[in-house]
Order: sequence, then structure tokens, then C-alpha cells
Amino acid sequence: MARIIAGVASSHVPPLGAAIDNKQTEEPYWKRVFSGFEKSKEWMRQTRPDVCIVVYNDHASAFSVEIVPTFALGCAAEFPPADEGWGPRPVPVVKGHPQLAAHIAQSVILDEFDITVVNKMTVDHGLTVPMNLLFGSPNEWPCPVIPLAVNVVLYPPPTGHRCFMLGRAIRKAVEAYPEDLRVVVFGTGGMSHQISGPRAGLINSKFDKAFLDNLTKDPQKLARIPHLEYMREAGAEGIEMVMWLIMRGALDDKVDETYRFYTVPASNTAVGHIILENRAKGAKATGKRKAAAPKLKRAAARAKVHRIHS
Amino acid sequence: MAREQHDYDDIPGTFVFDQERSRQGYGINMFCMSLMADENRKAFKANEAEYLKKFNLTPEQTDAVLKRDYNRMLELGGNIYFTAKLGATDGHSFRHLAAVMTGSTQEHYASMMLAGGRSVEGNRSRSGKFDKPGRVAARPAKKASTPKARKGKAAKPKAKTRAKKSKK
Repeated sequence: MARIIAGVASSHVPPLGAAIDNKQTEEPYWKRVFSGFEKSKEWMRQTRPDVCIVVYNDHASAFSVEIVPTFALGCAAEFPPADEGWGPRPVPVVKGHPQLAAHIAQSVILDEFDITVVNKMTVDHGLTVPMNLLFGSPNEWPCPVIPLAVNVVLYPPPTGHRCFMLGRAIRKAVEAYPEDLRVVVFGTGGMSHQISGPRAGLINSKFDKAFLDNLTKDPQKLARIPHLEYMREAGAEGIEMVMWLIMRGALDDKVDETYRFYTVPASNTAVGHIILENRAKGAKATGKRKAAAPKLKRAAARAKVHRIHS
Repeated sequence: MAREQHDYDDIPGTFVFDQERSRQGYGINMFCMSLMADENRKAFKANEAEYLKKFNLTPEQTDAVLKRDYNRMLELGGNIYFTAKLGATDGHSFRHLAAVMTGSTQEHYASMMLAGGRSVEGNRSRSGKFDKPGRVAARPAKKASTPKARKGKAAKPKAKTRAKKSKK
């Protein structure tokens, strides 16, 4: 059976893509950002997922204002990089997993998530930048990817709660897929930023850090954040963070936080990144060992508390 | 009919691209989208006013585009991901657009970002009714982090808000 083993969240700032494409990642300004992903790339090399589901948003590339799907699931065999005005990014074509994607579409629609099935789509920096951050710049992406494009451009985007519940429906779909696949889900976008209007440049690190804390410990709380609060506290474009809740909903209720990175700024944006792992149920050896330590600590903590109170 | 008022209209310096603005700004955004093709960029540059006629803009929208008034474009239904394509057609970086929209210079904007960006304190609410952080996310998780971090989070916001207010 397929199962979701981990979730990754990451900002998708376009200049990060430009810095990679123009080989500027060693420049001090950018190195500060990219160095935060070195451990993540190592983690990804060890984890070697069979498939990634990447939740992201399109930025007037594949979708203009002619058609605005709230949730668009990429069911094609491949997704070429989009031309965002400077020619397509020099990254590999993203190979899909049409069979698993079709299975997810069928399952989540019957679970009352009326997603749009997309069989032809280009993918922009919203998807390819997080791929670079976690996989580096290989000649071919190491695994198939199912893109899930979420509308966060035209207000209102889906609510955080809706996103969280879609994540759950995706988990259910993946777990019912007969092939033995290990799946990692990406939530991308954010963190706090505003790039439009006189308030552009807004950053709210306090909000971001609390969001990261709660993403691990109390995602239900995050699922209740109203849109107004995202826009007021984290900037008009900070509302992208609802996409992280799809990733979180796809994970188990209790997860282990493997890694976290946060820095300000990358261009106009606060960069946030987190890796969350489901607690091992017959996971690979490396994953098992990592998950075992906090479990032991928790057991020890429980024992201690018990003694004090008895 | 005047624009319907929404709770988010209270956020200062922000034009939320909502359904009404999307309806109103369809022409602006489709015009900007057309600039993805090189031949269209050339046609636009050759005669801007003439090129814009294809997109059924209102006189106010046409004026905003011709004057490169990016805030006005947003107010009249343009969306930043689309209007950025106009900026790119003019050969401008996004930083140029940010400076124009914030009434700043590129250097000043860049140094503000390096210093941690624009603070949310004093930038939450036009009416002043919502000057405090929101309820849900501004607090750490119940079992969050170290006691030190918790202490810091509980104590700081009020002090900062006061400091900003007194400055103004």
C-alpha cells in the first residue's frame, strides 16, 4: 500500500530560482538562504520518496484570469516549465504520476472535494523553486511529481480548514492505492510577505514563527485562522500559507519535526521551511531511528509526570 | 454602484484582488497577460494607447496603464502578478515596482527589506480598531518551545504597539 511518510513546507520566492539559474547561490545574500536547505537536500537524498505531491500556486503562468480553478490536480504524464516572461526556467520537465493522480482525483471527488482535473499544464516557479531547494539541480528530477495547484491569487482562496481537510482526503486516497509507494507531500508558498500596494514589504516574523510552531503541534488551530488574519498579519500574499495546511492535513495528527529553517528576507519575502515526518510504521531504518528518540523521551516524560502526581 | 465594503478594506495600503476587482479588472489583466508574447510587447510599445483599445479598458484604467500608476491599476482590478508583466515589458525589476507602489526609492526599499521588512506594528488597521495581533496564530502553541520563548512572546507585542503609537 502507498503511504505518506513526510511533509515538507517551503517558500517559493521567484528570485531564488533566478539565483539558481544565474549561478549566484554562493553570493553572500543568497548563500544565507540556500545554506538553510543543505540539510534538507541531504534528508531528501536519504528519504528517496517514490512520488511527491507538490501543493503550490500558479502566478499568472498556466492560468490567467480566464479560468481560475480552486484546486487543480495535475494528472498529466509531464509538466513542462512555464515561460514566465524570461523564457522557461532551465530545469528538467516535471514527470507526473498519472495513475496515482487519477486514483487521487477519483477518491477525493467522492469525498466531496470537487477538484479540477488538469491534463495539460505548465508549472512555474511556485513548483520548480521548492523542487530545486530540496533536490538541487539534477538533470532529471529523481521522482515523479503530482502538482496540485491551488488558487491563492483571486480572493477568496479556499479556507485553511478546507485545505486541511483536503489534505486528509488525499491521505485517505494515497493509503488506498495498492502499489507500495512512499509519498512526500510539499506545501509551498509563504511565509509572510506582501508584494502589492503601498504596504508592500510587510514581514511578520512573530506570526511566521508561531505558524511554524503550530504547524507541528496544533495544526487544527491554524486551520481556524480566517483569511482576514493572514492578510492583516502576514501580508496580502502571505495568505499562500493556507497551502501548507493541505500538506499538514495529509500527515498524521502527531508528527516529528525533523528540521526547520527561517530567514528574512529573500527579496520581498520571509523564507520559511520545515520538514515533518510521520512517526514510523515500518519506515526505512533511518526514519525509524529518528522517530524512536522522541518517542523514548516522551515515554520518559510521561513516567516522570506520573511519579510527581502519584 | 459603489464598491461593496469588506472587512479587509480596513487593512491599510492593500488592494485585495477579490471577485469584484477581478470582474472590473479583467481587461487590465488580460492585457498584461498578452505581454507574455514578444510580438505583443512590440505592438504595445509601438503605440500603447492604440494597443490598449483591444482590451475594453475604462478611461481610468487606460490612464493608469499609460501613466504606469501601479497602485491605481490594483485599485481598478489589476492583480500584481499580472501588472508585474507590464513592469517586465518596460524592462523594470520587481524592486522598481515595489519602490513605485510604496512611494519609496529602490535603495530605501531594499534596505528596509534587509532590516527585516516593513513592520506589521502600526500597519494593521486603517480604523485603528485592529491594532493588536490576531487571536489565533500570534500565540505560540500550548506546548510550544522553551519557557524563555514563551515569556518573550507574551511580553513583547504590547510594548511594541505602544512604542509605535507614541511615535505617531
